[in-house]
Amino acid sequence: MKQPILEVRKLQKSFGGLRALDGINLDIHEGEVVGLIGPNGAGKTALLNTVTGFYRATGGTILFQNQDITHRPMHEIGRLGIGRTFQNIRLFRRMTVLENALVAFRPFADHPLRSLIAYRERRMAIARAMHWLELLQLADKVDRIASSLSYGDARRLEIARALVGEPSLLLLDEPAAGMNENETRRLVDDIAIVRRHVRAIVLIEHDMDLIRSLSDRLVAMDYGRKIVEGASAEVLNHPEVLKAYLGTDTEETVS
Amino acid sequence: MISDQLFFTGINVLLAWSVYIGLVTGSLSFAQGAFMAFGCYGAGVLTVKFGWPLLPACLVSAILSAMIAAVLGYPALRLRGVYLILVTIGITFCARVALENIDYVGGVGGFGGMRGADLNAVIVAVLIVGAFLLWFSFSPLQRICDAVREDDRVASSLAINVTFIRLLGFSAGAAIAAIAGALYGHYMNFVRPESFDVLLSIYVVLYVVLGGTNNMLGPLIGATLMTLLPEYFRVLAEWRPTVFGLAILAMLLFRPLGLLAFRLVTAHASVSAPRKSGSL
Repeated sequence: MKQPILEVRKLQKSFGGLRALDGINLDIHEGEVVGLIGPNGAGKTALLNTVTGFYRATGGTILFQNQDITHRPMHEIGRLGIGRTFQNIRLFRRMTVLENALVAFRPFADHPLRSLIAYRERRMAIARAMHWLELLQLADKVDRIASSLSYGDARRLEIARALVGEPSLLLLDEPAAGMNENETRRLVDDIAIVRRHVRAIVLIEHDMDLIRSLSDRLVAMDYGRKIVEGASAEVLNHPEVLKAYLGTDTEETVS
Repeated sequence: MISDQLFFTGINVLLAWSVYIGLVTGSLSFAQGAFMAFGCYGAGVLTVKFGWPLLPACLVSAILSAMIAAVLGYPALRLRGVYLILVTIGITFCARVALENIDYVGGVGGFGGMRGADLNAVIVAVLIVGAFLLWFSFSPLQRICDAVREDDRVASSLAINVTFIRLLGFSAGAAIAAIAGALYGHYMNFVRPESFDVLLSIYVVLYVVLGGTNNMLGPLIGATLMTLLPEYFRVLAEWRPTVFGLAILAMLLFRPLGLLAFRLVTAHASVSAPRKSGSL
């Protein structure tokens, strides 16, 4: 089997006495969309935050495309090609839609001083940003202030912004949270398009329909550990997973 | 007299911009008094003791000041909010005490003999710094700074080196404050360490808060109004701090973002492309 893009090995993250990640292992392979599920507090977002360098791992290693990124600062991890969105939408609210996307344009982000005189690249930047904004159906809203966007549009802009940075691995933290049924359906279509442009996607989600229709593989977490891993149907019906979600023995809750 | 007033207005505008450029990257600095003092004494030593002309002395002291800011800022800018404010106030105190104890530049007694700056010099400085800030306002760098200011965590997830951007803003501010200090010293002919009191740093921040922190015109308006208005209300001269305080309170209540609160947009989609209107 080919070398995975992302290899998480025995990763640990503790906050004082609380073990948010308790020696978790995870492989993400080329072309995969992996769904990460688990009850609240299972450590899903902690895993994303540790992989992207926002949390400092207290143990274990993270290899991304064969490079050890365990203790690298966040912006370097971003430069290596890991992009992400956030559980609570985090746009630059005072900027326009176009500006939000442009912030991620790598030549400027990597060489901020040179961006002062890089006039030719400014057109290129706008073209790149427009490309992703069109893909996510935001082209007619480019001059709107980000804080005025609808919930679904804001979510899509966050994904577009991450894509302008041209990541090879995209981490989506509950992209459908707070969306209505229509918006969720649209999001499924969008992510289906997006997956053709990145090497792999990791998706945290509570919406089981979305998880089922998008993920090639599911990883269920609880107490900072991986409890089950495999095909969607298999994982979703696994007694350990049901137990983690329902909090009691499965026999008592079978209806 | 009028040229005195205009000169001090120009100095205060430069100082307000020096605070603004740090604020653009999200760092509020009360250390401008220290960097102004450094610029003043640094350029003063070069002109008085070494016989340099003012212009190169000014530029060299600005560059040195930026370098000192980078060294101080590297640890200090890890702090945010109120902790950073305290550290920058500390820098201003330390600078003053240090100058009072360096006999080479006159210690507590003060340092004199600097000359050569006039109203024209400060006007040229304001025009150059203003033109630079205007150019910066429409650049991708402004956008990157805005991103760092608004959400540093998201900015770093987008491959932006937040530490570097903050150091850049802090150092650029220090350089501008040093130029203001150098011009001030060479206009006054004589300065003392207490001229660069922490109160000066506080006043400068207030100019910016009053004028607005979202664009480069805010600090310009704030500094100009707050320097010239007291001159035209001489009766109120003794009440200046009180009036100032009340003005700040009124602003915070009615216009918390400052007199000029708008933000300039740094990019528009190409005008030549057919604009789609409405929803698809």
